[in-house]
Amino acid sequence: MRKTGNTGTKRRVTVLLLSGAVLVLVFLFSFSIGRYGVPALEVVRILFHRFLTLTGLDRVLPMAVTWTAEMETVVINIRLPRIVMACLVGCSLSAAGAAFQGVFQNPMASPDILGASSGAAFGAALAILLGASARLITAAAFCGSILTILLVFLVAQRAPGMKVVNLILGGIMVGSLFNAGTSYLKLVADPSNQLPQITYWLMGSLSGTKLKDLPLAALPMAIGLVPLLLLRWQLNLLSLGESEAKALGVHTELVRTVLIVCATLVTAASVSFSGMIGWVGLVIPHLCRKLIGSDHRGLLPCSMLIGATFLLLVDDVSRNLLAVEIPIGILTAVIGAPFFLYLITRKEKTI
Amino acid sequence: MSLSVSHLTFAYDKTPVLNDVSFTLGEGTLLAILGPNGVGKTTLFRCILGEQKRYSGTIEIDGAETKALSARALAHRIAYIPQTHAPAFRFSVRDMVLMGTTHRISPLSAPKAKEQAIAEEAMARLGIETLADKDFSRISGGEQQLVYIARALAQQAKTLLMDEPTSSLDYGNQLSVLSTVRELTREGYTVLLSTHNPQHALWYADEILALHNGGVAANGAAKEQLTPELLRTLYGTDIRLLDTDSGPVILPEIHQEEPK
Repeated sequence: MRKTGNTGTKRRVTVLLLSGAVLVLVFLFSFSIGRYGVPALEVVRILFHRFLTLTGLDRVLPMAVTWTAEMETVVINIRLPRIVMACLVGCSLSAAGAAFQGVFQNPMASPDILGASSGAAFGAALAILLGASARLITAAAFCGSILTILLVFLVAQRAPGMKVVNLILGGIMVGSLFNAGTSYLKLVADPSNQLPQITYWLMGSLSGTKLKDLPLAALPMAIGLVPLLLLRWQLNLLSLGESEAKALGVHTELVRTVLIVCATLVTAASVSFSGMIGWVGLVIPHLCRKLIGSDHRGLLPCSMLIGATFLLLVDDVSRNLLAVEIPIGILTAVIGAPFFLYLITRKEKTI
Repeated sequence: MSLSVSHLTFAYDKTPVLNDVSFTLGEGTLLAILGPNGVGKTTLFRCILGEQKRYSGTIEIDGAETKALSARALAHRIAYIPQTHAPAFRFSVRDMVLMGTTHRISPLSAPKAKEQAIAEEAMARLGIETLADKDFSRISGGEQQLVYIARALAQQAKTLLMDEPTSSLDYGNQLSVLSTVRELTREGYTVLLSTHNPQHALWYADEILALHNGGVAANGAAKEQLTPELLRTLYGTDIRLLDTDSGPVILPEIHQEEPK
């Protein structure tokens, strides 16, 4: 192959490797910060030890315990669930954002463009109002999210004209309907305990994450993320527009539906475990487009890695900045909005 | 026969657009579609590409009805070259051309070395290798049109559909794009292009298809069919044909107030 044929690929691989490396570093660093300090080296040892015990390799490769029991509890039971969840949610929201932006040919699209988060909020608020457990609130949020998208598809299917426009309009309508529903639920909620709980849920937080939540969240995310990654090339074509993609041999309707369903699934899974976390799905794909270009072969994995890193960092700030935790949804906006402004006002460079 | 359209009739709701349009197109032919704005040239393309299926009549490509073909099977036979427009996102020229190979691979995969090589070859064929790493949205309109043609070559379909390929190009680029297209037909490509410039049809096309009021006003060899009468019917303006050493030239009758 020609020498010039590889410059794009080389750059892509380099950026992805670097983003991966940064994620690993931030991941390990996140364990050692907090009110109870754990030295970075011990973090690695504890995690590695846990990995060995889980895989049964500790009999082959025994390790000396150099850490205290408290350190292990803090690392494994308190910080691990939250750190992994931050990565999962950041990765999912960013991938969903990149996918929605490609499908709708609009760099302003975000994971909640079809009303998925509004539906989740309504589901969660309803569950809180009915006094449900944390697990049920998550389930209700998830169902609310999926229900919203089904409604949007139903509306878009019935309307004549351009499918993409119908979907977006349907999303706005159904979303605002659910928003109104949520407002009503807040109105009738008990102001001494339910209302604060709803409000707090809406702000988004990862503080309640338990170890056993991780597989429950990871499963739907994986089910959605794998097809998104597989369809990375088709996403490039869809981003050219319906008729061009079709003429180039893409089964546009099927591919678009699969992409939207998968992106919604990962959004629903994220939002139902973390509450409303805005901005990540909009800002991260933008940033990644500057880093790696618009080709979704690079953009999707890059958004996933950087999204995980970003949300993890924000969550680190959220739990360490003040004595009282700042809800992560507030912080993503506080950090995301100026960053976004910086991105769009910065002098454009070529890809 | 490469492409054959017979008794194509189409209406948007109750508004008739195409009325009993029939024509055939042999291999290696360059057909220019002429007609005033809104006569249904784009609709004809949409029907051929299977984007619009609610028509009556038949459209066949190499003996297969286009309506019944999947997008993928159709992409194998017909390549569509759109008017120059800015995509929502910025792709490199190489990626744009590479997208032509999409119908060759599984929807769940991405182009491999083989497709990469096809794209490089297509760019080399049009002499745009040096643009490969450039941003598609930052190159000139003429270059963009060449990239679209390269993408069609990478698609390896033998019939090319071009929607007003010269509409937003400067004079030099119009001619260079058209002569590129002309060369392609000599290599066996069949080309269907719409144009607003009858002179281009005279210079470059083998055949013309003139649409008027949704029906066919003329169809056949360009030099025979392009008469002042036809042009008056199509565009409602008086036109003279001048025979010159380098072929006929279309000259509009410009009414000037002459001093008496």
